[in-house]
Amino acid sequence: MIKVEKLYKSFDNKAVLKNISVGFEKGKTNLVIGRSGSGKTVLLKSIVGLFQVDSGNIYYDQRNFVTMKPEEKKNLRKEMGMVFQGGALFDSLTVEQNVGFPLELFTKKTKLEKSKRVSFCLDRVNIKPEFFKSFPSEISGGMQKRVAIARAIVLEPHYLFCDEPNSGLDPETSLVIDNLIHEITIDLDITTIINTHDMNSVMRIGDKIIFIRDGQLQWEGTKNEIMKTEDKNLQHFVFANNLYFRNK
Amino acid sequence: MNFFFHVGRYFSFLARVFSKPERLKVFFRKTFQEIGNLGVNSVGLVIIMSIFMGAIITLQMAYNLTSPFLPVFLIGLGNRELLILEFSSTILSLLLAGKIGSNITSEIGSMRVTEQIDSLEIMGINSAEYLIFPKIIAVIFIFPFLYILSVFFGLVGGLVIGTSFGAISPTDYINGLQHAFTPYYISFSIIKMLFYAFLISTIPSYYGYYVKGGAFDVGKASMSAVVNTDIMILIFDLILTQLLFK
Repeated sequence: MIKVEKLYKSFDNKAVLKNISVGFEKGKTNLVIGRSGSGKTVLLKSIVGLFQVDSGNIYYDQRNFVTMKPEEKKNLRKEMGMVFQGGALFDSLTVEQNVGFPLELFTKKTKLEKSKRVSFCLDRVNIKPEFFKSFPSEISGGMQKRVAIARAIVLEPHYLFCDEPNSGLDPETSLVIDNLIHEITIDLDITTIINTHDMNSVMRIGDKIIFIRDGQLQWEGTKNEIMKTEDKNLQHFVFANNLYFRNK
Repeated sequence: MNFFFHVGRYFSFLARVFSKPERLKVFFRKTFQEIGNLGVNSVGLVIIMSIFMGAIITLQMAYNLTSPFLPVFLIGLGNRELLILEFSSTILSLLLAGKIGSNITSEIGSMRVTEQIDSLEIMGINSAEYLIFPKIIAVIFIFPFLYILSVFFGLVGGLVIGTSFGAISPTDYINGLQHAFTPYYISFSIIKMLFYAFLISTIPSYYGYYVKGGAFDVGKASMSAVVNTDIMILIFDLILTQLLFK
């Protein structure tokens, strides 16, 4: 479980996250939703330590990430996997080298063991062996995201973070990615946090949903509760498409 | 204020770069790759530039040394001294700052804007050490060899072009090359090359590592990196000449 307490973050004296306190549950897909620029990515990057927070605490199963020593943070990071918006695959490495990269650096597995683990993870995300030797630029956006997921889970993380994993993907591929993340979360019993503004994802895999507005936590609940919400801003966000078509 | 900000951040960046590699095997493999990418791939350019530098110095000296009181072999001697002391070290480094420097900034800058560096950090890897330390070692390792190669091809270029254009006879040219040779000049220039190699690998890395934005900003960072590296090379040339020749 990940718990965030009174989190503040600003850039050039402009507050981006304002007093955010929220818990992300284990074995569930926790979705952070909100409009572009609401602070979702900053929240995610603050939780994983890519941004240093101004104040507040972040607990990874009772371990306070903010007060940790650099060496402790480094060790904790080996328990994290992250899928970036653009995939962030290393373009000088092939698909299998990308997935095997964390194994190469952090494990003492033999070449055969590494190869087996890489094949297992790539198979898990439905990447066929004929693409193993391809470079990221030679595969589609959807495949890049799947390879990024394979890389994120190769070390069997306890915490998985996904920053808009469906951005730029067609609805069918989005469905595949969503289901994949959801299955992995349940299979590995990990804490997963996903940033998204895709309402289809929310309704498909949103075990817990957090709505951020102007850097503040506006609402939290489940996908069933979101449909009955009284919160006007959330209603507006959730039903934006419907409102548009109704007004037409 | 901006200058001091960059100087401070540059040194704290270096402190991150010079830390213990995660895996020595991976570090050495990356270093050898960088020797190939940054060093061996520059050999062709170094040879071409050096041949032309040597040839042009020889022709210029031959056409300008018109006094009958000056011995002709001075053309070979002049070419040798200019190549050894300045052209094959400082001028070559200024040009390589463009090639190697822009390569480093654009590679690391692109990795920054596509979140590949963030991806390394998330894995618990010191991205500065992982990406940049091997580049520094590779460039420092290869630069003395590039210098020696440059001097050799510069002298050959002067001989071939100078003699084929009738500017000097091979005997006079070779006599000039052998006249009053000071081995210390080579050591002096190799020391300079080591400093230049450090500047060429670290300043562009710094600009690439801290780039923000997109492709346009990576381009801008590349340009700033090359300009600032060139300025620092010239400043260090002045300082080292003053220090090592006194």
